[in-house]
Amino acid sequence: MARWRPDVQEAEATPEGLWLRRREFLRLGAAGALGLAWPRRPRAASGPSGTALPVASRADRAGGEAPTPWEDVTGYNNFYELGTDKTDPARLAGSLRPRPWTVTIDGEVKRPLTLDVDALWKLFPLEERVYRHRCVEAWSMVVPWVGFPLEALVRRVEPTSRARYVAFTTLLDPQQLPGQRRAVLDWPYLEGLRIDEATHPLTLLAVGLYGRVLPGQNGAPLRLVVPWKYGFKGAKSIVRIRFQETQPATTWARMAPAEYGFHANVNPEVDHPRWSQARERRLGEFLRRKTLPFNGYAAEVAALYTGLDLRRNY
Amino acid sequence: MEPRARHRWQRAAAFVLCTAPLLKLAVDAATHGLTANPIEAVLHRLGFWTLTLLCASLAATPLHDLAGLAWPVRLRRLLGLFAFSYAVLHFLWYLVVDQGLEVDLVGVDVVKRPFITVGFAALVLLVPLAVTSTDGWVKRLGYRTWKRLHRLAYAAALLGVVHFLWRVKADTQKPAIFAAVVGALLLARLVPPVLARLVPGRSGP
Repeated sequence: MARWRPDVQEAEATPEGLWLRRREFLRLGAAGALGLAWPRRPRAASGPSGTALPVASRADRAGGEAPTPWEDVTGYNNFYELGTDKTDPARLAGSLRPRPWTVTIDGEVKRPLTLDVDALWKLFPLEERVYRHRCVEAWSMVVPWVGFPLEALVRRVEPTSRARYVAFTTLLDPQQLPGQRRAVLDWPYLEGLRIDEATHPLTLLAVGLYGRVLPGQNGAPLRLVVPWKYGFKGAKSIVRIRFQETQPATTWARMAPAEYGFHANVNPEVDHPRWSQARERRLGEFLRRKTLPFNGYAAEVAALYTGLDLRRNY
Repeated sequence: MEPRARHRWQRAAAFVLCTAPLLKLAVDAATHGLTANPIEAVLHRLGFWTLTLLCASLAATPLHDLAGLAWPVRLRRLLGLFAFSYAVLHFLWYLVVDQGLEVDLVGVDVVKRPFITVGFAALVLLVPLAVTSTDGWVKRLGYRTWKRLHRLAYAAALLGVVHFLWRVKADTQKPAIFAAVVGALLLARLVPPVLARLVPGRSGP
């Protein structure tokens, strides 16, 4: 039964000891938090695991920086189809069955393809490319991807003159991708590139990491890697690659058009409305470092955007 | 147990519970339980516990008025001070560790980014509440004024929830839960006066 009376008496009665003790716990709290959450180097590293891939060539495209440890690359992921916390995808990736897996390449092409993902990558020599990976959330890592240039696939399917854009679609299957049971984003995840971006030699279709088959949480079995763009451009677990005349709708740009654009080129001068993009935290480092225009790949890709207002086309 | 001893035990237990998240942080830091981005993980956890303890402190009055429990009210000051402490740690972590003490940049953030503006406002609102949390201040202000001043906690909790809601990219589930809890705790305060009006003479001051 509800009793209603002023709650003064009990509060008034709280004894003097607390005021003194608060300094104690403030000190304790400060010391505890500051001393203990230092970034530490990898746990008793388990190292890369999974089926090894035949890598024909290797290229360091990250200026000699050491790759982020396997445990971090595969344990800290944004893949909302497998949960929205960074550690969810690694935990939930077991539900994703990346083999067998059919990929369809169609649209404005003369030779459309529908084939198994393993048959697809076997059409091309696999390359290891160590790239910087910059997330729109202002953290970054260095990843030794294994894959083949998208350009090679584009040449093979022979786009028509009307093919001005390439659209990528992620698997839609709430059984395999339990994150899709909640409408956090508009599923399936859609991404896209201009055809000149898609055929740029840096643009990669990745099937592996650290010489091994791509783990589920990193977008197995096939994902896009565009190192001069924010990470969300890299569609994961791709089932369809479609060539088209019109600019494709892309998931994040549809979700929050003021915050995420179609281009999404890494640009320290254009802030995300809610945080600065001028600096980033490389995983494993303590202080933030300056973000480089086009994530450090400006010499190769800046010419693609000559005459484009990068402030408006973020 | 005699009441004074029981109250001491209750406070001690609450104190231990309120420091447990820091202990957990320490354990996780030592066992790689803070993800590959521990600085961000700590920032988020400190924010989470600020909101949780604010909710806990706001639960004392409804638990007293609606369930007749006295002990939560006795712990309210401790909970409120812990909420403030976590808020201060959250801000300091952001300023010193996350932003590397770049005061200019943090100043820009506070002015320019609405989610940081409201979070900072919530912290500022908690300062006078922490300062006047002593028995001495209750006497100096008089209970009525003191109580009115401490209603700022409602605003701080609401701003804290907005801070969280405006920070997330797409998944609003967690901030929505906090919004529901804070909303329920504030609405629960309306129940006794409304009941008193509906049922005259049933109870009331």
